[in-house]
Amino acid sequence: MEHDFDILRHLQQTLGADIIHQQQPVDEIPTCWIAKERIVPAVLQLKSSTPSPYSFLYDLFGIDERNRIHTAGAPPSDFTVAYLLFSYQQNSFIRLKVPLTGEYPTLPSISSVFKNANWYEREVYDMFGIRFEGHPHLRRILMPITWQGHPLRKEHPARATEMGPYQLWDEKQDREQEALRFKPEEWGMQAQSEDADFMFLNIGPQHPGTHGVLRIILQLDGEDIVDAVPEIGFHHRGAEKMGERQSWHTYIPYTDRIDYLGGVMNNLAYLLAVEKLAGIEVPDRVKVIRVMLCELFRIASHLVWFGTFAQDLGQLSPVFYMFTDRERIFDIIEAICGGRMHPNWFRIGGVAQDLPTGWDKVVKDFTDVFPKNLREYNSMVMRNSLFKARTKGIGIYTLQEAIEWGVTGPGLRACGFEWDFRKKRPYSGYEQFDFDIPIAQNGDCFDRATVRVEEMWQSLRIVTQCLHNMPEGSYKADHPLTTPPLKKHTMADIETLITHFLGVSWGPVIPAGEAMSCIEATKGANSYYLISDNNTVAYRVRIRTPSFPHMQMVPYISKGYTVADLLSILGSVDFVLADIDR
Amino acid sequence: MYSTLLAFDWLFVIEKLVLIVGIVSISLVIAMYETWAERKVAAIMQDRRGPMRAGPMGLLQPLADGLKLFMKEEIIPNTSNRILFILGPCLAMLAAMMTSAVIPWGGKIDVFGREVSLQIADINIGILYVFAVVSMGVFGIMIGGWASNNKFSLMAALRGASQAISYELPMGLSLIALLMLTGSLKLSVIVGQQLDGVWNVVYQPLGFLIFLICAFAECNRTPFDLPEAENELNFGYHQEYSSMKLGFFLFAEYINMFISSAIMATLFFGGYDIPFVNDAQLTEKVGLNLMALFQGGVLFAKIAGFIFLFMWVRWTIPRFRYDQLMNLGWKKLVPLALINMIVTAAVVLWLKK
Repeated sequence: MEHDFDILRHLQQTLGADIIHQQQPVDEIPTCWIAKERIVPAVLQLKSSTPSPYSFLYDLFGIDERNRIHTAGAPPSDFTVAYLLFSYQQNSFIRLKVPLTGEYPTLPSISSVFKNANWYEREVYDMFGIRFEGHPHLRRILMPITWQGHPLRKEHPARATEMGPYQLWDEKQDREQEALRFKPEEWGMQAQSEDADFMFLNIGPQHPGTHGVLRIILQLDGEDIVDAVPEIGFHHRGAEKMGERQSWHTYIPYTDRIDYLGGVMNNLAYLLAVEKLAGIEVPDRVKVIRVMLCELFRIASHLVWFGTFAQDLGQLSPVFYMFTDRERIFDIIEAICGGRMHPNWFRIGGVAQDLPTGWDKVVKDFTDVFPKNLREYNSMVMRNSLFKARTKGIGIYTLQEAIEWGVTGPGLRACGFEWDFRKKRPYSGYEQFDFDIPIAQNGDCFDRATVRVEEMWQSLRIVTQCLHNMPEGSYKADHPLTTPPLKKHTMADIETLITHFLGVSWGPVIPAGEAMSCIEATKGANSYYLISDNNTVAYRVRIRTPSFPHMQMVPYISKGYTVADLLSILGSVDFVLADIDR
Repeated sequence: MYSTLLAFDWLFVIEKLVLIVGIVSISLVIAMYETWAERKVAAIMQDRRGPMRAGPMGLLQPLADGLKLFMKEEIIPNTSNRILFILGPCLAMLAAMMTSAVIPWGGKIDVFGREVSLQIADINIGILYVFAVVSMGVFGIMIGGWASNNKFSLMAALRGASQAISYELPMGLSLIALLMLTGSLKLSVIVGQQLDGVWNVVYQPLGFLIFLICAFAECNRTPFDLPEAENELNFGYHQEYSSMKLGFFLFAEYINMFISSAIMATLFFGGYDIPFVNDAQLTEKVGLNLMALFQGGVLFAKIAGFIFLFMWVRWTIPRFRYDQLMNLGWKKLVPLALINMIVTAAVVLWLKK
C-alpha cells in the first residue's frame, strides 16, 4: 500500500497535481483520474518507473458513465477509459481512468507503449465508438465490419427484439457480401513483396485446427508464414452487455460459458468481485468446496487441451483416453452439482447446496486412479520423440515479450517466471494449500505443455488436500445479500419476509462501488471488474480473459514458422474462443 | 489365317480374364474391409467399440459406407478444371489396381487338368513395373489437388508430389541391394528362392526397414500423412471431392496399402511361402489345389499383419512436419540405403570370390 501511494505521489509530482484525483474503490486498487492529454506520459512513466515498473498492461476498457448516479466524487465524464497496470516486482495493480466528454470522444492511443494495447483499444472503439488517435489499425474487432452502432453504449439495445425485425434487402446483401471480400491491405498485409507474390490462406472460421470459430488469414511464402492476422468475434455473445441486464444472481450462468472449459472457475472470478462489493465473507467450507471444484475443472480443462494438442500434431488416440478421464471428473461434478460443463453452482456468498453424502468417495476414486493414467499419458505424448520434434523450439517467446504482450498463466510460467496468482495474491483460501508453481525455461510449445502437465499434478495435490481437510460448517455465508437469500427469520417478522421476497424476485441490491478480483483461471489471469450503481443489476461488467491477449500474440510468435507449426502454436497457447470473444 | 486365330490359346485368355476379375474384386473387397478394420483397430486402441450396428460386429459397415458414397451428390466446383478433376481420382484408382497384376498370389493350381499360375502377368521386370505404376499414383493426387482450384488442395498436392518423389528414391535404392542377392527382377523367381531358402528379411533387415518406412510414405499413412493432414489442410487434396470420386481416392489409399503389404510380404517375407514347412513335400502330400489354398492363406495372413502394422502406427504416433519429412527422406534414408547397397555389394562380391 505504502508503495502505491509513493507511486501516485510521484505521478502527481511529475505530471502536475491538478490532474490527478484519487478514488478509493472497494477493491483497494489505487485509482486515479488523469486527463486524456496526460495518459501517454503517465503510462510511460509507470512502465519505466524504477525499481518496480508497471510492465504489464492487465486490462484496458471503456465505461459509459452517462446513466450513472453514484459516481463517488469522480470528475464529470460521459465516457471513461480505464487502464489497469500491474507490477510483478511490487505485486500491485494501479488503475488509471481517463474522463471523456462528448458523444464520440477521442483520446491518444497507448499502443506504442504497450503492444497488447492494440486489440484492447480496438475493442473499446468497437464497443463504445471512442477513437484512439495514433492507433495503427483502428477497426472493429468483435462486431461485424458493417455493424451499426456500438453495443456497450447505453443507448444500444441489448436484445434483438428491441431492434425491430431483421431484413436483408438486396442492397444490404450486396453491401454485406462486399464487406466479406478479402483485401489484404485492409488487414494490414501486402499482396506481394519485391520478388514474390504471397499466397493468402484462409484458415477458419470452420477449420478442424482452430478449436472453434476462429479465422486466421495467413500470408504465406511457400509454406512459411510471413504474417498472420486472426479475426475474432465469431463467438461474441455480448456477455458484458448481458451483465447490464441480468440481475447479480442470474448472471452467474452466463459466466459459466465464458471459458467454457473452466466451468465453475468463472463463477468464482465473478463472485469474488460481487462478494467484495457486498462485503460478504464466506465460510471456510465454502472456500474449500470452491477450491476443490475449481481445481477439478482445471484438470478437466488441461485434459482437453492435452488431448487436442496431441491431436493437432496428428496423434489421434490420446484424446480419447483424456476425454475418458475428463468424463470421470464430470461424474464427480455431476454428483455434486448436477451439471457437467456448466454447473452454475456457486452462489453469492456460498454454493448452491451442501456437498452430497458420499462425495468423498467419488473424489477419492478419481484421485486414486488419475495419477497412474496421467503418468501413462505423459509417456504416450510428452516423451514421444516425434511430439518433441514438432514442439521443441517452436513458438518461442521470452519472458520480457510475454509480459509485454500480457501473457499470463502457463504461458508465462513456461518462460521461467514463477508467478501464480493463487500463490502471489491468494484468494478463496489458496494460501492454506500446499502446492508448487511448475515452471519451464524455454518458452516454446513443448515447455508450455510441460507446465500444464505438471499443473495437473499440482491440482491433484490440492484436490487431495480438500478431500482430507474439508471443514465443517455452513455452505453459505450468513449475510442478507446472499442468493438465494436466507430464510431463517422470515416466518418471525414481516419486514424480513418482505426483504426475502424482494431478494428472491428482484435479486439483491449490491451497494454502489467498483471492485475487481483476479484469479488464476485455467488459461491465465481472469477477472471481472464490476461497477454497481446500487441496483439489482451491474452498471458495467468488464470481463478480462486470458485468451484475448494470448490470441493477440499468436501472429507475433508464428512468423517465420510453417503452417504445420501454426497448429502447434495454436494448440500450445490453449485458448477458448468463447474466452476470447465473450 | 483363321486357323492361326483358332490355334490361339483361348483358354489362356479366359484363364487370365478370370484371374484379373478375381484379383481386382478381391482387392476391392479387401480395401472395403480394410476400412472396417481401420475403424475397429482405431476403436480398440481408443477404448471404443467401433462400428457394430450394421451386421454382426459391424461387418456390413463397408457396404453401408459404399452405398452412402454412391448416394451422395456429385459436386464438381465451378472453378475447377472439369476434366482433370474427374481424371484425378480415376488415375489414383487405376494406378492402385494395376500393381496387383504382377504379384504371385500363390503357387500353381490344377483346373480340369490344366496348370494355372496364380499370377496375372509373370513379367521379367516385375519390380520395375511395380515402381513405374506406383509412381503414376502420385499423378492422381497432383492432378486432383491442382484441378480442385483450392489452396488447401494445392498445398496438399505439392506436399504429396514431393513426398512421393523423395521417398521413391530410398525405396528403389533399398531394393537394389535386395536385387543383388536375388539376381532377378521377376517376382515369381524372388518368391521361389525364398521357398527353398530363408526369407530375404534375414539378409536385408536394413533394406526392409527402409522399404517399410518408404511404403508408409508412399501410401500417405501416418506419420507421413501430410497431404491429407486433417488438422492443417482440411483433409488435403480430396477436400473438394464428394460422392464416389472421394470414394475412389479413399479406396485407392487402402488398395495401395494392401498392395504395399503384399509387395513387402513377397519381397522380404517369402511371399506365399509357408514358414517352417517344406513346401515341396507338403504339395505332394495334400495336392496342388489345397496347397495353393494354404499358400494363398499364408500370404494373406502376412499381408494382414502388415496392414495391421499400418493401422497400429496410424493411431499411435503424431505426424511429421514437412521439412522434417524431407530431412528424414534425403538426409537419413537415402544415405542409409546407399550404405546398405554398397555393403551388400561388397559382401556379395567377397562371397563369390
